[in-house]
Amino acid sequence: MANVTQVIHKYLRHNKKFPLVFCPGCGHGIVLGSLVRSVDALNIPQDKVVVVAGIGCSGRIAAYVDFNTVHATHGRALTLATGIKMSNPELTVIAVMGDGDAFSIGGNHFIHAARRNVGVTALVLNNFIYGMTGGQCSSTTPFGAYSHTSPFGQLEKSFDIVDMARASGANGVFRESVFHAKRLDALLQKALSRPGFNLVEALTPCFTQYGRNNKFKTPVDMFSWLKKYAVPIEKYEKLENKDGYIPTGVFVEKEEPGLEARYAAMRDSLRAGKGGAA
Amino acid sequence: MTRKKKGKTKVTVYPAWCKGCGICAAFCPAKVLEMGPDGKARAVREEDCVNCGFCELHCPDFAISVEPADPEKNGKSAEDESPAEESALPAREHAGENQPG
Amino acid sequence: MSAPAKKKRKLMFALGNEAVAEGALIAGCSFFAGYPITPSTEIMEIMAKRLPQTEDGVFLQMEDEIASMGACIGASLAGRKAMTATSGPGFSLMQEQIGYACMTETPLVLVNVMRGGASTGLPTNPGQGDVQQARWGAHGDHPIIVLSAGDVPECLTMTVTAFNFAEKYRTPVILLLDEVTAHTREKIEIPAPDEFQIFNRLVPSMPPEWYKPYEETVRGVPPMPPIGSGYRFHVTGLIHDKLGFPTSRPDEVKGLNERLFRKIDRFFHDIQLVDRYETEDCDHLVIAYGSVARSAKLAVRQARERGVKAGLLTLRTLFPFPRIHVEPLLRHCSKILVPELNMGQISREVKRVNNGRVQVRTINRVDGQIITPSQILKEIS
Repeated sequence: MANVTQVIHKYLRHNKKFPLVFCPGCGHGIVLGSLVRSVDALNIPQDKVVVVAGIGCSGRIAAYVDFNTVHATHGRALTLATGIKMSNPELTVIAVMGDGDAFSIGGNHFIHAARRNVGVTALVLNNFIYGMTGGQCSSTTPFGAYSHTSPFGQLEKSFDIVDMARASGANGVFRESVFHAKRLDALLQKALSRPGFNLVEALTPCFTQYGRNNKFKTPVDMFSWLKKYAVPIEKYEKLENKDGYIPTGVFVEKEEPGLEARYAAMRDSLRAGKGGAA
Repeated sequence: MTRKKKGKTKVTVYPAWCKGCGICAAFCPAKVLEMGPDGKARAVREEDCVNCGFCELHCPDFAISVEPADPEKNGKSAEDESPAEESALPAREHAGENQPG
Repeated sequence: MSAPAKKKRKLMFALGNEAVAEGALIAGCSFFAGYPITPSTEIMEIMAKRLPQTEDGVFLQMEDEIASMGACIGASLAGRKAMTATSGPGFSLMQEQIGYACMTETPLVLVNVMRGGASTGLPTNPGQGDVQQARWGAHGDHPIIVLSAGDVPECLTMTVTAFNFAEKYRTPVILLLDEVTAHTREKIEIPAPDEFQIFNRLVPSMPPEWYKPYEETVRGVPPMPPIGSGYRFHVTGLIHDKLGFPTSRPDEVKGLNERLFRKIDRFFHDIQLVDRYETEDCDHLVIAYGSVARSAKLAVRQARERGVKAGLLTLRTLFPFPRIHVEPLLRHCSKILVPELNMGQISREVKRVNNGRVQVRTINRVDGQIITPSQILKEIS
């Protein structure tokens, strides 16, 4: 286990203020660590990594890492990521978004990026809440959960991000909780080295805005909850009572080429005088 | 988390980066880490460390490092390695931002 | 010029929209992302066909106009010359990203073919109702360049100009056409690409560790490397410091805001383009832009034949408003007429510059029809 922290420190921007801006017990830092470790493990040069983030707590991740970083407008990270990847397919493009970012305001962009199968890794940090604005319910807030805009319990049903990505045609769909950081690392590495559109949903606790309103006493309680309820899909299938459990692991693994590869092939074929796309 | 010999590692907590969330202490299988009176984590039973690496991977603030204990390098104190001086730089990222997310 | 004057010029019987696409390709546009909307769709269709036949061109049809702008911004950050085209309703959706492009100093060209009316309005009729929106549509103080074109050849040249300004000043440039200009078919000569001066953005030449992405420079426009070229930096829509990181320090906030304006304000002489017709001695000045300027030109010619000292100032640049070209004319004319296809969006700029010195009258036509030469002639003779 040696040098994990040293590796992370190497990739941080040293002129930024530390510790991270996140609240105590926030899982975003673990995802940030996982992202850095995955890039390092895959030996991708820093110059070739682009992190495009949206707005919100997750958007702050971009500023800390010493890659090419873009802090886009709210919900639009995937649109910029699409433009960057299509313009320069050599780059490893990672769109870091929150649940509100990717599935409320940016829901349309998400399903279309997945359908288009553009070679971008979408890393969605799902904390079930709008954290930065102070704890309003989001499109992933569970039914019945409390937030500042659902003070008597959420009446709307929530999105299952994995189902959304699968139904939209994503090439790879993965989910893991931050409590299982090693497994998260493995999935993120897999997603980053695969073609096409890949979703990695990281379940990350927000104690400050979600936990305190939903009967969690400490940040540790939230991690214990993830430890118990985020179970590998194989185990999940065998559970008799699935209530409250969240399946994790690999949900979709297709090998279709990304849009940028298809586009380049079409261009080559046109230039060779053979006509349009295959 | 394979079984390894105990006490072969050096556990360092950088107090300047620790926010005291308590995750490391709560889930350490060998109870090496504890929350101190200052609200920050500290290694109290380093000799029991099984080098599982949980704390290092799960510290959201990159404030814990687990390294092989090397008696020749033990002259270094935790403070020397601490990047605490960086927090003396002017605050840059707390610009007003109030959009949802 | 010693070069032999036998350059082959392609002749085309082209729509305004087709001329825009030709101009974009001449300017080096290699990325287009858009969403279909009347009356701009032809631009998109041509780019869909032409771009994949170039060496590295990319065309994307996005899910909406917000995404189209997002993709263009991403492409531009990655070093491409990017363009999108839309009409009123799509233009409204794009405003958020226009602001982002201004703040992050991302060059791109946005063509807005104006239709009539607010909201869905009159999709197949001309209008000029988006003029002030083009200037002030995105929230917050921001500088922007807004150009216009009134006939088919101008559609081509102004598109090239739009790309040049975008690259030179690191800013989004909005090109406003109206439906009539976009859908008029005229014979045009396509100039050879080398007949134009094409401007490409400045890229940094210093070692990456010395590069400060938002540093003050002599022109106020910092060099911009394509993403992935070794210069790693942070791009954000937040107010940022010279390194690109968010800041709320008053001096840094002020510095950025002022530089964003200064880089445009310093170059009014370069940016503010007009065309003068019979203005040297005119007493009755017409100020027009877009398709209206065509009608106005004929009206001015006819007025001259009748002995009226009429003149026409065609605005190619709408914003920053070409005050330096309007003001000198106020000294010798006694009347100004501003005909436009809206309730008075450029006339308010003219009145501001005029400041009560001479009489300013307007023709405001909002019935979805063009302003005819006779309508203008009636007012000036």
